[in-house]
Amino acid sequence: MQNKKAVFVCCGTGCLANGSGEIYNAFQKQIKKLGLDVEVIPKIKKTGCHGLCQKGPLVHITPQEITYIHVKATDVAEIVERSIIKDEVIDRLLYFDKQQKAKIQSKEDWTFEKKQYRIALRNCGKIANDSIDDYLEKDGYKALEKVLKTMTGQEVIAEIKESGLRGRGGGGFPTGIKWSLAAKAIGDTKYVICNGDEGDPGAFMDRSILEGDPHTVLEGMAICAYAIGAKRAFLYIRDEYGLAVKNMRQAIATAKERGFLGENILGTDFTFDAEVVRGGGAFVCGEETSLLHSIEGSTGEPSPKPPYPADKGLWGQPTIINNVETWANVPVIINKGADWFASIGSEKSKGTKVFALVGKINNTGLVEVPMGITLREIIFEIGGGIPQKRKFKAVQTGGPSGGCIPEDKLDLSVDFDSLIAEGSMMGSGGMIVIDDRTCMVEFARYYLQFLSEESCGKCVPCREGIKSMLAILDDICEGKGKPGDIELLAEIGAMVQANSLCGLGKTAPNPVLSNIKNFRDEFEAHINEKRCPAGVCKNLTKFYIDAQTCIGCGACLKSCPVEAISGEKKKAHILDEAKCITCGNCRDFCRVDAICVR
Amino acid sequence: MKEESQIAVETLEIAQKYRPEERFLLAILQDVQRYYNYLPKEAMETVAQYLDVPIVKVCAIATFYKAFSLKPKGKYIIKVCDGTACHIKGSVNLITEIKNILGIEPGETTADGLFSLETVNCVGACGLAPVAVIGEEYHGNLTPASLREILKKYQGGMENAK
Repeated sequence: MQNKKAVFVCCGTGCLANGSGEIYNAFQKQIKKLGLDVEVIPKIKKTGCHGLCQKGPLVHITPQEITYIHVKATDVAEIVERSIIKDEVIDRLLYFDKQQKAKIQSKEDWTFEKKQYRIALRNCGKIANDSIDDYLEKDGYKALEKVLKTMTGQEVIAEIKESGLRGRGGGGFPTGIKWSLAAKAIGDTKYVICNGDEGDPGAFMDRSILEGDPHTVLEGMAICAYAIGAKRAFLYIRDEYGLAVKNMRQAIATAKERGFLGENILGTDFTFDAEVVRGGGAFVCGEETSLLHSIEGSTGEPSPKPPYPADKGLWGQPTIINNVETWANVPVIINKGADWFASIGSEKSKGTKVFALVGKINNTGLVEVPMGITLREIIFEIGGGIPQKRKFKAVQTGGPSGGCIPEDKLDLSVDFDSLIAEGSMMGSGGMIVIDDRTCMVEFARYYLQFLSEESCGKCVPCREGIKSMLAILDDICEGKGKPGDIELLAEIGAMVQANSLCGLGKTAPNPVLSNIKNFRDEFEAHINEKRCPAGVCKNLTKFYIDAQTCIGCGACLKSCPVEAISGEKKKAHILDEAKCITCGNCRDFCRVDAICVR
Repeated sequence: MKEESQIAVETLEIAQKYRPEERFLLAILQDVQRYYNYLPKEAMETVAQYLDVPIVKVCAIATFYKAFSLKPKGKYIIKVCDGTACHIKGSVNLITEIKNILGIEPGETTADGLFSLETVNCVGACGLAPVAVIGEEYHGNLTPASLREILKKYQGGMENAK
């Protein structure tokens, strides 16, 4: 096995969208045709996890450790001929690392990878997603065996407590304490649940783990079930995540065949079974009580807490709900020990966190970093900075429950508590980088729009409060803002935070309030000067071409969908404001920044 | 349009893959939605009978979750991603362009039944933003102009779409 060459074709959703399925087939065909003794392993891995999904499809060849980017089906024959048979490297398909100013042979040496530390994503992309044998080779199910044969439930819980692991779904509640509550709770049947209802727009780490390494999630859940005395598990996964559902179902089936799930696991008297429940596409179901109602077959509306699910959860029984990424950490903690895990990260936030680094950033992808790293390191070192040398404005974390962190806070340590202190939160790990062409008023409006659609409507503060805030923001973006609007937003926001039933409502005003705090001048420009400084809000934007800067290249002219731009080659162009629909296309095409906002 | 009795027979077949327990209501409706591209009234009645739950409960589920539609959808469903990454990279301009070309708002279907327009929150292809998914095909790094060209191909028939 070790000496055998293997080709890993990234088949995550991002690379599949770029045609990696075709490449996988082409490899199989070509290798079969030549009769080579090579394994072609489909690496089912979400976009960007190995980095750069905009550089996809990615192909990695071992043992030479060659990573190719932007591979096309037409490159396959050449790769087989030169890199698999002859061990040559095809320069043209290598990644050019801008920071190192060189082409790099293996992804392990990309600057993108340098500051990362993979625990939850340790296997993603390195094993075939549909192979339990690959998982077993990477110490798979060893932690479960260790727990079943050498530890009591109490010892397992103590280990998790000592590790300092906190819930990765957003709240950051200490995992070990949660487990101990369920262990003590009295109930006929206890349940273990995986929350895979990843709904934050811009976050996709949970899907990546479910697709790329499903067994690690199952193993984590089985360990918890043993510790608290549960026999059944449910994995609530968004139905939109077709590949994740498929891979997880297959993983459950093979784990059963091999005796890691089912009755008398590994020859002990421990019995444990798991099944997948597909989510219906409601953001509120990420809230744990809503999720429970959804599994029970009802509408996903939250209940007041307490009672907490650890006491009375699914069908009124003690239930542990953890996020996908939390589960993926558990087997590693058991294998390597609580002390090892607690040595990584910051004082109160141990271990690592996976972030989906997206937006106006050069290296889009999933990154896993030790807690306590600074935002600056993530964005400018791992992420490679802002494209087209534009100016960094803010980074949004925590999705619709979080907030934007401005430039002067870039040296903030990334952990649960410092992000909350800045009016944002860790959330499930979306990290959206924003440059000077994003309007912070409209951005706040975007999240409220999302939340007003996703509010389940059960409690009045959330349902009506968000709607009222949205109406005010709509007005401001359309140029109908009035003095006093900012104060009114703050007042309604405080009411919604204080009185909503569940986490969705309690955190819903955060994107607006944090933007008011950090970018108040933009709100004031919209209201008082009827001007959108970022040039996004259409009613408040007028573009013009700066004649001094324009080089007359004609790029803007061609990009304009309404023919509002005219001019001769190599002479300054003119923009007809009467025709302009302020779509901003021309700004994206202009290489010299000549399109300006009035 | 299919006969009511036929829908009832087909739906029952789908439902019987699950035990008649209330907790499978969501799963059965998901399968029915996938089969018809919407939830026909007769199908909802059949499911209610099979699980022995009131029809109002089926309606509650069908209207609560985004996965379901009570109206038939077009042959090609255009899902314009309006996740955060796509949003800040101009997905709104794509939606406006589709409105201009096809004359439909999100949630609507063209009169010829060819296209339905939907906005979705993140399809997980943030590196290709802005993204639209038409049928099963992903289209990334879109501009209003490139989207216009892609739609033309679908209007010309699926066989030319690639």
